[in-house]
Amino acid sequence: MIAASDLRKSYKDHLALKGVSFSVAPGELYAYLGPNGAGKTTTIRIMTGLTRPDSGLALVAGRDLLRDPKAKACVGMVAQTINLDMELSVAENCDIHGRLFGLSRQRRREKTAEWLARVGLTDRAASPVKTLSGGLRRRVMIARALLHEPAALFLDEPTVGLDADIRRQIWALIKDLQSSGVAIFLTTHYIEEAEALADRVAFLKDGLITATDTPKNLIDVIGAWAAVDLTGKSPAAFFKDRESAMAHAACQAGGVTVRRTSLEDAYLQAMGGGALETAACVGDKPNGSAEKTAGGAT
Amino acid sequence: MIQGALAVYYREMLLMRRRSLRLLAGMAVSPLLYFVTFGQAVGHSAQLDGVSYAAFLLPGLVAMSSMMQAYSMASEINIARFYFRIFDEFMASPVGPAAYVLGEVLAGVTRGLVASAVIVAIGMAFGIGFQAGALFWLGAGLNAFFFASLAVAMAMIVRTHQDQAILTNFIITPMAFLGGTFFPVEKLPGWAAAVIGLLPLTHASRAIRLASQERPVPDGEWGLLVVAGFLCFMLAIYLTRRVQD
Repeated sequence: MIAASDLRKSYKDHLALKGVSFSVAPGELYAYLGPNGAGKTTTIRIMTGLTRPDSGLALVAGRDLLRDPKAKACVGMVAQTINLDMELSVAENCDIHGRLFGLSRQRRREKTAEWLARVGLTDRAASPVKTLSGGLRRRVMIARALLHEPAALFLDEPTVGLDADIRRQIWALIKDLQSSGVAIFLTTHYIEEAEALADRVAFLKDGLITATDTPKNLIDVIGAWAAVDLTGKSPAAFFKDRESAMAHAACQAGGVTVRRTSLEDAYLQAMGGGALETAACVGDKPNGSAEKTAGGAT
Repeated sequence: MIQGALAVYYREMLLMRRRSLRLLAGMAVSPLLYFVTFGQAVGHSAQLDGVSYAAFLLPGLVAMSSMMQAYSMASEINIARFYFRIFDEFMASPVGPAAYVLGEVLAGVTRGLVASAVIVAIGMAFGIGFQAGALFWLGAGLNAFFFASLAVAMAMIVRTHQDQAILTNFIITPMAFLGGTFFPVEKLPGWAAAVIGLLPLTHASRAIRLASQERPVPDGEWGLLVVAGFLCFMLAIYLTRRVQD
């Protein structure tokens, strides 16, 4: 269980977090989405004990990370950058992590073997990390983060810079972890990643969570169907049903396609980066709730 | 705390073992050059403190080299912190700042003592007469303790590799040349000797030199090295804790 309550953090004159609260249940994957500078990494750094907030509460497995240093033993973290010792082998990197978390020699050996097997790296245990590809290094980081069996796992952009095939492999691994009961907190710039993996999604904007719900509900808020101008000249319009979207598309000059609304559409609406098109046909109004979400964007 | 410190120390030792040839070569080159240029060229014709210049120089080189190697931990930490981001791996673990600092300082002391051993080996190869007893190694170890603690503290202050280079140029390099390595500080004018007497390396050089000649080392020298090292160690813990804030 991960719980954050009213987290606030400022850097000099900049308010990075303005009162963020959320909770993640065991076995749940919570995706935390926002543009650069929204406060995602600051949140993760606080929740992993790397940064102290100005105020607020950060709990993992019921233990207060800010007052109980040993509570960090409940936390696993996969950082955005590859923070492995390149000169050391995969197994040595895992061994050092096990030592840092106080695992016995026997336990370190068992857990290293177990997790390297789960991420498909048993045969690379003795290889120096510098000889591994980016995707394999990410897998090592995931195995290392889980070596001490944390109750909560924080994934900060775990697939950044990886090609589509490797990303899918990492997704499968994350899905597998979910089923083992770990509470997973994920930040990513790949919205489709959040859509594919997350049980719930939060949109973070300027240090505040503006929406939290399941991907489906966040999509339904703006309308499950989108009429999209392929020329890119007009913004997408969203509708509750396919028929309304088709009717809207039919009365446009052309180049409008109808598709299911994606989480990315909902995200862009929430961030104010998208806008609703004014209905051009009588009786063909875009989804009212979507208009509300758009917040007056034009 | 000890378990955490040993984990940090273990990582440094693994890396040191992986780079052992490069490290040992690096530790040997500069002292070797100093021996050849100063020790051998001047050593046969000059005497200082009742010993040959080479015998005078050797303890100074031990102090200088153990200082350099212990202080090089600052660069190692900065690479781990700013380039590889491994520092975050330590800070995200239950290992607290005190254990982290202890692990890094122990690694710095180890490097300092290995560098001292390299110089002792070079000195023996050159046939220089000196004693490397317990007090000799105590001096080298305390010197390394002070500079490794200083290294961790400085590594927590700087924000880039460039800052680190500037600090090294302004603190370590002048100390290396002025701290009694190459000449007896007592021969300098009073005011200069007083200023140089403020440098910890001066006291380490003196303690190691006296020990190498089997002469008594004043308690004040040991006391100063212990107190200065302890203060730097505590400063390093404070600054490491502050990094998280």
